Amino acid sequence: MMQSASYHWRRYKELYNLKGTRCERCGGVFFPVRDICPNCRREGKVVQIDFSGRGTVYAHTVIRAPPRGFEYLSPYAVAIVQLDEGPKVTSQIVDCRPEDVHIGMRVEACFRKLRDESADGVIVYGFKFRPVQHDL
Amino acid sequence: MNHSLNKRNGVAIVGVGATPFGEHWRKSLRELALEASLSAVAEAGIRGKDIQEFFIGNMSGGMFTGQEHVAALVTDFLGLNPAPAIRVEAACASGSVAFRQGYVAIASGLYNLVAVGGVEKMTDVQGGWATAILSGAMDTEWEAYFGVTFPGIYAMIANRYMHEYGLTREQLAKVAVKNHYHGSLNPNAHLRNRITVEDVLKSPLVADPLRLFDCCPISDGAACVLLAPANEARKYTDTPILVGSCAQASDTLSLFGRRDMCTLDATRHAASQAFEESKLSPEDVDFAEVHDCFTIAEILATEDLGLCSKGRAAKLYDEEQTFIGGKLPINTDGGLKAAGHAVGATGVKQIVEAVRQLRGEAEKGRQVKGAEIGLTHSVGGSGATAVVTILRRGDSIP
Repeated sequence: MMQSASYHWRRYKELYNLKGTRCERCGGVFFPVRDICPNCRREGKVVQIDFSGRGTVYAHTVIRAPPRGFEYLSPYAVAIVQLDEGPKVTSQIVDCRPEDVHIGMRVEACFRKLRDESADGVIVYGFKFRPVQHDL
Repeated sequence: MNHSLNKRNGVAIVGVGATPFGEHWRKSLRELALEASLSAVAEAGIRGKDIQEFFIGNMSGGMFTGQEHVAALVTDFLGLNPAPAIRVEAACASGSVAFRQGYVAIASGLYNLVAVGGVEKMTDVQGGWATAILSGAMDTEWEAYFGVTFPGIYAMIANRYMHEYGLTREQLAKVAVKNHYHGSLNPNAHLRNRITVEDVLKSPLVADPLRLFDCCPISDGAACVLLAPANEARKYTDTPILVGSCAQASDTLSLFGRRDMCTLDATRHAASQAFEESKLSPEDVDFAEVHDCFTIAEILATEDLGLCSKGRAAKLYDEEQTFIGGKLPINTDGGLKAAGHAVGATGVKQIVEAVRQLRGEAEKGRQVKGAEIGLTHSVGGSGATAVVTILRRGDSIP
């Protein structure tokens, strides 16, 4: 869709670094950032956390019929990654052939261009994942 | 979560109507809605002026055609002003959520006659746009933003389900083969060609492992049903159909936020409430109309509704039990896959099909013999909304 610059700009902190929420009452860890713990609601005490960016591919696909704005990337790999801290997150997998992505593959977050054709000409950057180069 | 219900009236369906689903290049959003509504009103033999409120399911008139304010528009062109009209939006479950609002309006005792419509006009935009508009039903900031499409979302469910339960590509194809066979018997279906497992496996990849023939088409269409208190139903029709229950549940918009990616918890919750409210169990169901936007979605629905245990749905397809004439016919009109998916209309169209089956009015070869209890199941997005409705023949209505 054709959003204005502010739509993208207000999200940059969470797009540039993987951030989430931990509830200090129940210990639940969530992605993305939530203002209310879904388990404890108003009794919860949520704090923002930074994820390590490392995780494992939980499910994946190759997008071959892209939506408007993503045609130039097609075909591209998309996956749900389970972060080492527990929560799952969706993004693209880059720096490998889309067909080589598999369940169990170790990946790490990297900083990439997400889009380059918003209405105001905003070039949007954020996280994608790539195969882990030196696993700990 | 178990809130007790204060149901004052039994609810009956006293008239139904639907347009064929397909590419209606000559018909606009309002014309489709009018066509379906008029046929329901004519069937029930009521005067339009008797309708006390019009509920209309519509996902995105604004994005697909530029037209918002859809409910008032349709009510105006039906000549029903000043009856109140409300549009209900819950992505692909818009129609079934609208139906539930109509059900609540009658069950609570507030109204004596309401109309529930559903309409979507999807082919006024090109395919890439339609895909992008439908992406609005997922978490746009954390899923669609990264280039994920709906086929991509369901492809990841299929990928994970195959990994966990050993479902094969061929078994998945059998869902589409069965639905196209049922669609071939349905004159109102969008896709009426019969296909083979091989045809599915040879069709182009859309989002691995899902291929074109795993995906429902983008359709135009509308449907309408009229609801009244059960004890007044015989004023309108000799064949009233009882709404045994209609339950709805919610879950995370994002697929990654789910408890289990291979289960739609919203479907499980809605189904268990629907069976409890109607005092029925899955074994009582004679046929089911389920939300098969993609082949994998029908596998999940069959299990999550309790029609078979987890991981066992594929066996039903291997044994051809879900064909009409089998132990558990599923999607007797071809489902979303073959009958078509006009998103806001689909949930209401499922009710129309179930009513016709329960009245014994389905075409030759498509009628489930002796059907007394039918179930409909509708999903919004990848499972953030689910609605389960149980319908039964109204023979007991005096």
